[in-house]
Formats: sequence, C-alpha cells, structure tokens
Amino acid sequence: MSHNMLLVFEVTILVLAIFLGFEVISKVPTLLHTPLMSGTNAIHGIVVAGAMIVLAGSGKGPFTWIVGFLAVVLGAANVVGGFVVTDRMLEMFKKREPAKPKDDETVT
Amino acid sequence: MSTNLSDLLYLIPIVTFILALRFLSSPAHARRGNQIGAAGMLVAIAVTWVKAGHTSWWALVIGMAIGGGFGAVAARRVKMTAMPQMVALFNGVGGGAAALIALAELHRSLPDPGRPHIDVLVAIALSGFIGAVSFAGSMIAFAKLQELIGGRPITYPGQNVGNLILLAALLGFAVALSAGVQDQWLLWIVVGGGALFGILFVLPIGGADMPVVISLLNAFTGLAVAIGGFELENNVLIVAGMLVGASGTLLTLMMGKAMNRSLGNLLFSAFGQVTAEAAAVASGAGGGTVRSASAEDVAVMLAYAHKVVFVPGYGLAVAQAQHDVRQLADMLESKGVEVTYAIHPVAGRMPGHMNVLLAEANVPYTQLKEMDEANPEFSRTDVAVVVGANDVVNPDARSNQGSPIYGMPILNVDDAQAVVVLKRSMNPGFAGIENPLFYNPKTVMLFGDAKESIVKLAAAVKTL
Repeated sequence: MSHNMLLVFEVTILVLAIFLGFEVISKVPTLLHTPLMSGTNAIHGIVVAGAMIVLAGSGKGPFTWIVGFLAVVLGAANVVGGFVVTDRMLEMFKKREPAKPKDDETVT
Repeated sequence: MSTNLSDLLYLIPIVTFILALRFLSSPAHARRGNQIGAAGMLVAIAVTWVKAGHTSWWALVIGMAIGGGFGAVAARRVKMTAMPQMVALFNGVGGGAAALIALAELHRSLPDPGRPHIDVLVAIALSGFIGAVSFAGSMIAFAKLQELIGGRPITYPGQNVGNLILLAALLGFAVALSAGVQDQWLLWIVVGGGALFGILFVLPIGGADMPVVISLLNAFTGLAVAIGGFELENNVLIVAGMLVGASGTLLTLMMGKAMNRSLGNLLFSAFGQVTAEAAAVASGAGGGTVRSASAEDVAVMLAYAHKVVFVPGYGLAVAQAQHDVRQLADMLESKGVEVTYAIHPVAGRMPGHMNVLLAEANVPYTQLKEMDEANPEFSRTDVAVVVGANDVVNPDARSNQGSPIYGMPILNVDDAQAVVVLKRSMNPGFAGIENPLFYNPKTVMLFGDAKESIVKLAAAVKTL
C-alpha cells in the first residue's frame, strides 16, 4: 500500500473511532463514571505496544534504546495499574448482600 | 509476522476494547467487560512481541516487570477515596510514554535519506507536545490531590496571556519541525515546552475542579496515543487512543454541565477566587433561624418514616462514614423503612466517585439513584438526610440569580417532608456560598462530626 493510501485509511478509522467512542460512552450511567474514567485510562495503555516497537527497533543506538525502555516502563505501569484498579472498583458493585434481611419481612 | 497478519490479529484487541466500554452500561456485567478488555490487551502485547522481533527481549521483560510491578502494587494499595489521584498518575505515565515514542521516532527517522513524510512529522510534533502536556499536567494534578502541594488555585498576573504566548511559540517550533527543519532539538523544545505548559495550565486550577482536568488530560493522552499510531502505522493505537480521546472529551463536557460551568470557565478562571468575590454579592440566605436537633430526635424521625433518602457528599467520604451510614440504613430497613441514596453527578471528587465509595461499603447499587431518578422521588420522601453535602442541595441554584451556582442542577431535597442536615458547624462550605436550605423551616441541623453523628443516630435507632 502506498503511503498516501495508508494515510487515508488511517484517518478514516480515526474518524470512525471518534463516533464509536461517543456512541458507546453515552450509554454509560453516571453510576459508573469513575470506573469508566479508569477503564478508558487502562485502554490508552495500549501505548505500551508502541513502546515495544520502539525498543525492539532500537538497533540504531543507545538514545532510542533508553527512550524506548523508559516508554515501556511507563506504558506497562499504565496498562497494569489501569486494569487492576478498574477491576477492584467494579468488583465492589453488587446487587445485594445475601446476609441481609428481606425488605418485605418487617413492613408494617 | 507479516504486517497483514498482525493487523488482522490487532482486530482482536480493538473489538475487546469496544466491548469493555459497551459492558460498562450496567454494573451487572461491567467487571466482565473490563476483564475482556484486559485479555485483549494481552493479545495486543503478544502480537506486538512476535511482530517486533526478539532483538532486545530481555530489556522488554525487565521494563515491563518494573512498570507492571509498580502499577500492580499501586493499584492494589490505593484507597478508594484516593482514586482521583491514582487515575491522574496512570494517565500521566501513559502520556509520558506517548511523548517518549515521538522523541524516539524522530531520532530514528532523521538520518534516513529522503526525510520522513510530512504527516509523520506532524504526528511526531503533535503527540510529543500533547503527551508532554498530559504527563506534566497529570503529575501536578496528582500532587494537588495527594496534597503534596496546596490545592488552592495558584495565580499570578498575566497568567492566561503568558500561557497563550508559550502555546503560540511552541506551535511555531512544531510547524518548523513539520516543515522539515531537521533538528532533534526542535522536538526537545516542543516536548519540554509542552511539559511546562502542562504545569502552568493545571497549577491555577483549584482542587475541587481537578477531576474535570483529569478527565480532559485523559482525553489528551488518548489523543497522543492515537497520533502515535500514525507514526508507527499501527491501527490498534489509533482506534484505542481515539476511543479514549472521544470518551474523555464527552465525559469532560458532561461534568461541566453538571457543575453548570463552561469548559472555558472551569479551566481559565481559577474557581476558588471567583466564588470568594461572588459569594459576597450572593444574597437570599442572610438571617433566618436555624433549628438544631439532638441525635435522639432525628432517630425518631428516621425510624418512623416510610421512606428515607440519604444525600451523601464528599464530607461523608472524608469522615470515612460510608460503612456507618450503611449500618444505619440496614437498621432502618429492618424496621421497614425504604432507604435509597440520591447521588449528584459531581458528588465526591470525581464523577461517580460517591457510587464507588458506597459500593465499597456494600451498599447494593440498586439503591443508588442518579439525580434524574432521585428528584421526582423527594416529594414522597419523609426524611432526606444530607451528609457532608452542601452546594449540590443548595436551592439558590434554582431560584437566586445572584448566586454563583445559579443554574447548576441540584438535588431538590427541600421537596421532602423533612430535611436533616449533618454538618460540623454553620461555617459556609468549601466554596463559601450561603445555603438557604439550612434556614428552611422543614430543616433541622444535627451538628457534629459526620461519622460520630451517624454512629449516635444508629445507636439511638437501635434503642427504639
């Protein structure tokens, strides 16, 4: 694929992703806005994939190696931290504890 | 691995990320969505691993172990009340990674014969700048929320003009770089200047508005990552980054709406200062009498009510009283009282934060009512209990045009038969705005520390 064709293709999926993002997010209730923020935070941790490519292609010298290595460290922190913290939050959202008394039992 | 095959396999993470966001539409399956997203991320990393080759695999492993280890430990240890600064921190490192990728990509492509395409240079300049803004801005936001530096807005004359000049200068450097002035130093200036801009941009914003900033910086990082995808010709970066960019933008706008302030007002007006002046002008409350009650009196009101609605604010979380509130609610429910929680969109320190804190205290999410759902219910509520909330229940937002919060959507607790306000003293709250709700004849005040008051209430209800 020529460079220009690739560029047009990339811009196309970029624009589609914007609309998809708006569409999907608008269905998230305010109840879950904090997990939404940390969940999207985890998703942009995909930057670690970019950092891996940079580090792997660092045959050209120490500068790219150091920068790539730092980027991998930061990206990995972003991914792991983001997903773990989101999981911790979502784990807490429960319908009702089994041990609780029933609502209608004592209603007068 | 060929580019075609890896691009095809990258569809897996793309789909799982979309599913992860889609599953967040209900707390019933939100957790599974997040796990699907994490699995997709693993696929993305595995595909990249194979595609990139094994040249410095040990460096990859070590880097990932350091970063991942730090992320895992920090994410495990953080308290739920400290969630906003944790999100800021993870957001910042992502932005930093995007900026570093831009630096490395420019370095790699410069010596090549036939300089890189202009669109790649534009992408490098943009992602370097935006990533640096996000990194430095997030670190300042983290420091403010963690109270490493003061949460008060820091202002000085010519702030906005200075920022604009800096921005214009950086734009000039970025244009020069894109036009083909082949110098790595140009990008260093753009990245360094971006970091400086991020610091100057976040410093003047008060602690209470920080969540909006984090949401915006989240969008910035997403954008920087998406643009990084153009440098590396990598679809999964473009799609995932832009999904986050779009969602962060939308969430930022929604928060501005819930606080009744435009984005420009939030970001450029150093909120704390403005309200201090405006509060002096605000009228409507002054005078009137305040009724105070004992815990025993309030306990009787609650125990013999049919329907009680708790209105928690951040004061509740500060006092760490979520668990005590839940115990009080359990006790009331066992006496046949219907209990729900009415939650303002900006209660807590970030949108939806209060829901997380109550969920942590084992409050079932079916009892957590959003503002639109809660407001029509107040007219058939016997007692509304306001715990550590102030501005979000201030009727001046509805009726007093002189009030700085006029027009902000609020919880109409004054529609309830009776209102109980748990408050430390009559000192005006954080923003210094008078609240006529306290002088309403329907309202009784229960003074004291929120946690102690709730514990006293629970003890009194128990004896009834």
